[in-house]
Amino acid sequence: MSGFLLNRLSQSIVLLVIVSIIGFTVLNLMPGGPLAQFGLDPGMTQKDVERLAAQLGLNRPLWLQYLDWAWRLIQGDWGHSFRDGSSVLAVIGRHLLATLLLMGTSTALAIAVGTWIGIRGATHRYSLFDYCATICAMVALSVPTFWFGLIGIYIFTLKLGWVPAGNMYTIGDGSVMDYLHHLILPSLVLSLVHVAIWSRYMRTATLDALSQDFVKTARAKGVSERRILLKHVVGNALLPMITLAGMQLPSILTGALVTETVFTWPGMGRLFLDSLGYSDYPVVMGLLIFSAVLVVLGNLIADIVIAIVDPRIRLA
Amino acid sequence: MTAIAAHLPPTRWWHSRAVYRFMRHHLALVGIAMITLLVLACTIGPYALPYDSLHIDLRARFAPPLSGHHYFGTDPLGRDLAARLLMAGRVSLLVGFSAMLLSTLIGTLVGVTAGYRGGWIGAALMRVVDGFLSYPSIFLVLALAATLRPSPVMITVIIAVTSWMETARIVEAEVRSLREREFVQAARMVGLSRRHIMFREILPNAMGPIIVAASLAVARAILLEAYISFLGYGIQPPLPSWGNMLNGAQQYLASAPWLAIIPGAAITIAVTSFNFIGDGLRDALDVRNDHF
Repeated sequence: MSGFLLNRLSQSIVLLVIVSIIGFTVLNLMPGGPLAQFGLDPGMTQKDVERLAAQLGLNRPLWLQYLDWAWRLIQGDWGHSFRDGSSVLAVIGRHLLATLLLMGTSTALAIAVGTWIGIRGATHRYSLFDYCATICAMVALSVPTFWFGLIGIYIFTLKLGWVPAGNMYTIGDGSVMDYLHHLILPSLVLSLVHVAIWSRYMRTATLDALSQDFVKTARAKGVSERRILLKHVVGNALLPMITLAGMQLPSILTGALVTETVFTWPGMGRLFLDSLGYSDYPVVMGLLIFSAVLVVLGNLIADIVIAIVDPRIRLA
Repeated sequence: MTAIAAHLPPTRWWHSRAVYRFMRHHLALVGIAMITLLVLACTIGPYALPYDSLHIDLRARFAPPLSGHHYFGTDPLGRDLAARLLMAGRVSLLVGFSAMLLSTLIGTLVGVTAGYRGGWIGAALMRVVDGFLSYPSIFLVLALAATLRPSPVMITVIIAVTSWMETARIVEAEVRSLREREFVQAARMVGLSRRHIMFREILPNAMGPIIVAASLAVARAILLEAYISFLGYGIQPPLPSWGNMLNGAQQYLASAPWLAIIPGAAITIAVTSFNFIGDGLRDALDVRNDHF
C-alpha cells in the first residue's frame, strides 16, 4: 500500500509542476504582461514601467521568474487582488464554500438518480425504459447548462413561482430552509449532465458485473435476484464509479461556473467572471491554478479511496 | 489471378460493413438528417427570408414569434430573430467545425508521436496531456479569450488549443498497440523512414477512433463556443452566434422568453445531432465494445 501511495503521490506532484507551467504560460500571454495596468496610467512614463519591471524582477530570464513564482505559490503567497488588495487565497476562500455546497449537492443528486437509472437500465436491458434513458442521456449531454438554467427559471420561478431565481439566501432570512430553497434549482440544473454521464457508465458497469461468474454461482445456489443485485452486483458496479467521480471534477467545475453565473450564486465561478470583467489578473490566475489543483487532488483522493476499497488495484 | 479479380464485384467504401452498420443505426441517421437540414437552412435560409439579420426596426421590438413575417419574433432592437439565428448558425457551425479540424490535427500529431516514439518523449507528451486535462476547460478558455483579442479565428484557435487532449489520448493508445504489428516491423525492415511509418503505415489504421473522436469534438466545440459567447467573451456582436444571442436573453426572460428558448434549442439540436452521429460511428467502426 505504501508503495502504491508513494508512486501515486509522486505522479501527482509531477502533474502539479506541469499544471503550473501551463498556468505560467497563460499568465505571460496576457497583453503587456503583469504590468499592463500601469501602461495606461498617464502619471507613469515608459522609464517608470521599466524601473518597476526591474524592481519586481520581470526582466530576468523566464525560467528564473517561473521558479520564483512557483516558490511563492508553494509558500501560499498567491498575490493580491487589484480590486481591494486582499490576498488572493483569502478571496478564493470566501467563495469556496458556496461552490462546494453547490457541487456537493448536485453530485450527490447525480449519483443517486444516475445509479438508479443505470442499474434499472442494465436489469431491464433493451426495454422501453432503457431505450428512453439512453436517448434522454444523449440529449441531456447536449443541452447547454446555461440554457437549461434559463428554462428552469422561466418555468419554476416566473410561471410557477416555486423557487427563487437566484442568490444563495434571502437578505434578512438566512435560515437552513431558506438556503435549501435557493439551492434546489441550481443544483438540479448542474446535476443534469452528470446524471446522464453517471447513468450511462453505471449501466455498463452493472452489465459487466452481471456477467461475472460469481453471479452465475449465486443464481445456481438459488439466491433471489434482488439479493444478487444488492449484495453482489451493485457493490462491484460502484467500484469504477469512484474513479469516474474524480474524472468528472473538471466538468463539474465548468458546469458550476456557468450555473453560478445564471443563478447569481456567490461562488468561485462568479468570482472568476467578475475578476475577468475587472481585469483582476491575480485573482483570475489564482482561480485558474486553484481549479486545476482541486482537480489533481480530487483524482488523487479518488485513487487512494479505490485502492483502500479494492485491494486488486494496489497490488497490480 | 487477374481473371479472378475481374469476376469479383468492385469493392467500394460504401459497400463496407462499417457503412452497413452505420446505416442501421437509427439515431445516427436522425443526426445526419438534422445536421443536413441545419446546414442547408443556414446556407440558403438567409437569402429566402424577407429580413436582413442586421436590419434594425425599433417599431417592431419584441415582436413575439409568428407575428407577420417574423417567424421567430424579433429581438430588443427589432431585428428578425429567424434571420439572426441562421446567420449565427453559420458562425457557430463554422467555428465548431474548424475547431474540431485543428484540435484533431494537434491531437493526432501529439498522439502519433507519443505512441510511436514511446520512451521519455512519449511519457513527457502524455504528462502534458494530463496537465491540460487537469484544467476545467471553461476556466482556461475564458482566461485566454479575455486576454487575447477575441476574433472568430482566435476563438477557434483557443477552443482547439484547449480540447485536443482526448484525441491525443485515444490516438496514443491506438498507435502504441499497432507499433509492434508485423506490417510495421516489415516497413521498418524495408528501411522506410520513421515519418513514413508513423503517418503512412500506422495512421491509416488508426483512422476509426480518430473519426469517432472528431465527430464528438464538433459537438463539444459548438457547446464551448456557446458557453463563452453566452458569458460575453466569445464571438462579439454585431456578428451573431448562437451563444451570444443568449447573452442578453436572461433579462428579458419574463417579457420575451423566445429570445432565450429559440437559440438554445438550435444549439441543443446541433450538438445532439453530432453526438448521435458520433455514437453511430463508434458502433459502426467498432472502436470500443462497451455500449453505454
